[in-house]
Amino acid sequence: MKDGSGDASARVRLAHGAGGPAMRALIESVFLEGVSDPEARALGDAAVLPLGDRFLVVSTDAHVVMPAFFPGGDIGRLAVSGVVNDLAMAGCCDVLGLTSSVIVEEGFPIESLRRIHRSMQAACAEAHTRIVSGDTKVMQKGEVDGVVLSTSGVGITDRVVRDSGLLPGDVVIATGTVGDHGLAVLSARHALGLEGELRSDVAPLNGLVRAVLGSAGAKLHAMKDPTRGGVTSALTEMAQKASVSIMVDEAALPLSAAARAAAELLGIDPLSVANEGKALLGVEASAAPEVLRALHAHPLGVHAACIARVTEGEPGAVWLDTGFGTRRLVERDDLPLPRIC
Amino acid sequence: MCLGVPGRVVEIDGSTALVDFWGVRRKVALDIVDEDVSLGDHVLVHVGFAIRRIAPEDLAETLAFFETLTSEDLEELER
Amino acid sequence: MTEQRRLEFRDVARGRALQQRLAGLVAGAGRDVTLMHVCGSHEQAFARYGLRSRFPQGLRVQMGPGCPVCVTDAPEIDAAVALADQGYRVLTYGDMLRVPGSSSSLMDARARGARVDVIYAATQAAEIARDSRDPVVFFATGFETTAVATAAVLLNAPPANLFVLSAHKWVPAAMEIVAESPDTQIEGYLAAGHAATITGCGLFEAFVERYRRPVVVAGFEPLDILAALVLLVEQVLSGKAEVVNAFPRAVTKNGNQRALTALFKVFETDAGEWRGIARVPGGNLRLREAFAAHDASLQFSRELAAPKLPHASALECCCGGIMTGRLTPTDCRLFGSKCRPDTPVGACMVSSEGACKIWYDDREREASA
Repeated sequence: MKDGSGDASARVRLAHGAGGPAMRALIESVFLEGVSDPEARALGDAAVLPLGDRFLVVSTDAHVVMPAFFPGGDIGRLAVSGVVNDLAMAGCCDVLGLTSSVIVEEGFPIESLRRIHRSMQAACAEAHTRIVSGDTKVMQKGEVDGVVLSTSGVGITDRVVRDSGLLPGDVVIATGTVGDHGLAVLSARHALGLEGELRSDVAPLNGLVRAVLGSAGAKLHAMKDPTRGGVTSALTEMAQKASVSIMVDEAALPLSAAARAAAELLGIDPLSVANEGKALLGVEASAAPEVLRALHAHPLGVHAACIARVTEGEPGAVWLDTGFGTRRLVERDDLPLPRIC
Repeated sequence: MCLGVPGRVVEIDGSTALVDFWGVRRKVALDIVDEDVSLGDHVLVHVGFAIRRIAPEDLAETLAFFETLTSEDLEELER
Repeated sequence: MTEQRRLEFRDVARGRALQQRLAGLVAGAGRDVTLMHVCGSHEQAFARYGLRSRFPQGLRVQMGPGCPVCVTDAPEIDAAVALADQGYRVLTYGDMLRVPGSSSSLMDARARGARVDVIYAATQAAEIARDSRDPVVFFATGFETTAVATAAVLLNAPPANLFVLSAHKWVPAAMEIVAESPDTQIEGYLAAGHAATITGCGLFEAFVERYRRPVVVAGFEPLDILAALVLLVEQVLSGKAEVVNAFPRAVTKNGNQRALTALFKVFETDAGEWRGIARVPGGNLRLREAFAAHDASLQFSRELAAPKLPHASALECCCGGIMTGRLTPTDCRLFGSKCRPDTPVGACMVSSEGACKIWYDDREREASA
């Protein structure tokens, strides 16, 4: 469709899906219009609904990742983990059930659908939950790209954690290496010819979070998973919502050798790309050693580390101390493309 | 446009080499590098081409040079 | 390079010591010192490591016209966009995708349905052409370090359907432009290490002799840059004007002769229009006649559109002044308001090596914490 005319600002751009400021602006200007419900307006990854003296937590996610199969995972594992993790980030580790909508392009191989299904089943088993309802739609060739999955999840919890509770003096713990998923997918998508250990970290985190809640208790002030937009976006949102500043210590960032290499070679900042099996935990400084111990004892938390401290300062400002100076971590609105230089 | 990245040659096949960059490997063309490259050598790579063989003695020379530039200041910092 | 070795070029303690040394030199001088670098990757290194946040008061390091994407002129981009809009498959390096020409960028063309793809190695262009029956146009941008890769591809039995639209540039010409300028305040130059790997540092001897300003060739690790700055400031303050190679592990006096031979077998230098700087003698790299069969500007001369007039706001764009170090991004009225990464007016705001883009992303360089 050739349509070079028209006001560009009246049309959806790719930036609107990047998880950064443009997406937030779109949500606020379009999807919050006429919405007064405070839970919806909180724009959390999951919604918390009071149910007697407990809480019902519900979330929905859509996945459009290309390619559908990538090193370390696939769109099915992503769909299950994504929604389970939304619930887990709200403090809800008991997932009652998931729904799964599948929109598939005419011509998509059924064997691939089967692989995706089995992957979803496996991820559900890891998360101690199951898919209880679903829907299937087929669109004509060219009307959708391969397959789109949308999942919803519901759970019950006694304790709710938000992403807005950081306090000055807190530290931020990353539960493991950063940038793996985003770099693995980019590498696969652009056929970058990188042979090596680059693998997505996609995994359901409710078991890990259960361990964290057990060890930190009320000293866990905030939690968020750094998906689209990466650690930079997640920290920026956490800092904005709590009106604090955050200083990240570059030397402390856990990075896999492969992610570091890919970042150097491609010039992509690992802090700006998605993670699908990691969480950022804002904890009271005194609780950090115990939380780290609990994380290190869990298979998904072996590389957990303290990566930042929370301070008073310009609300929403996130800084990186490189050892040679400091720079501001700023969210991108564009999708990272490999640059050569 | 300058991003040249150093890597280590792990395989050679005629005019292409497989180069290891911090554990990730990539094919690199050897058409324009001006010295013979052997297994284990380090090369500087830009847009898929090796542009220079980095001799280990040059690496050592640069490190030694940094040493002389900063040793007095380092001592001061350590005091 | 092993992790260990790499860490030695990023050793924080040595970095501190060099920063102290630099601060001492500038403080002792009792006056401002103004230097220039001509490499987008140097500016990115400054930004990536936060080096400017610890520059001593009085040290100014301007970015010169060292971003090849930024100096690619609008008509050059228009040519690529025109071919894309007419259905030809166009390949380009990532940075060029978003740079606006007179009215569109290649990304806009892609949104309209054109076949535009990003590649990250010149050899990919040949591979893609080999796998295709249609003409494939490689919009080749970059300075000499990148141009040698294009040259190597064209010397290596390229497929008949591979065409190169060359927007390659030659960076020493840019330094001359700045040094020639009568109101220049630049006292010393940091030369681009990787370009010098190809050209050798010997070619700066004539420059230094003519303009009596020191040149230090620098690498890209933080210690490389800090050490080079120390050496450059020392020269400036003592009135010396010599070429110093601070990147000996990659740069020699004569450079990579094999690469240079390949480069000049395929390309010749020619005067060209650099975006924002107008005419640069010897600044462009053009395909030689022997390669006419692969020269997109000749083979598609009918299809290439006539130059369009720039948008009104483009006339207020200060990229030219910024690229020659006379202005900083914040001096431009459009910076951060009409001109932002998602709505760029000038190329400096698009390229990840553009001064404006780097400054925009790095909005406050002083730590508040």
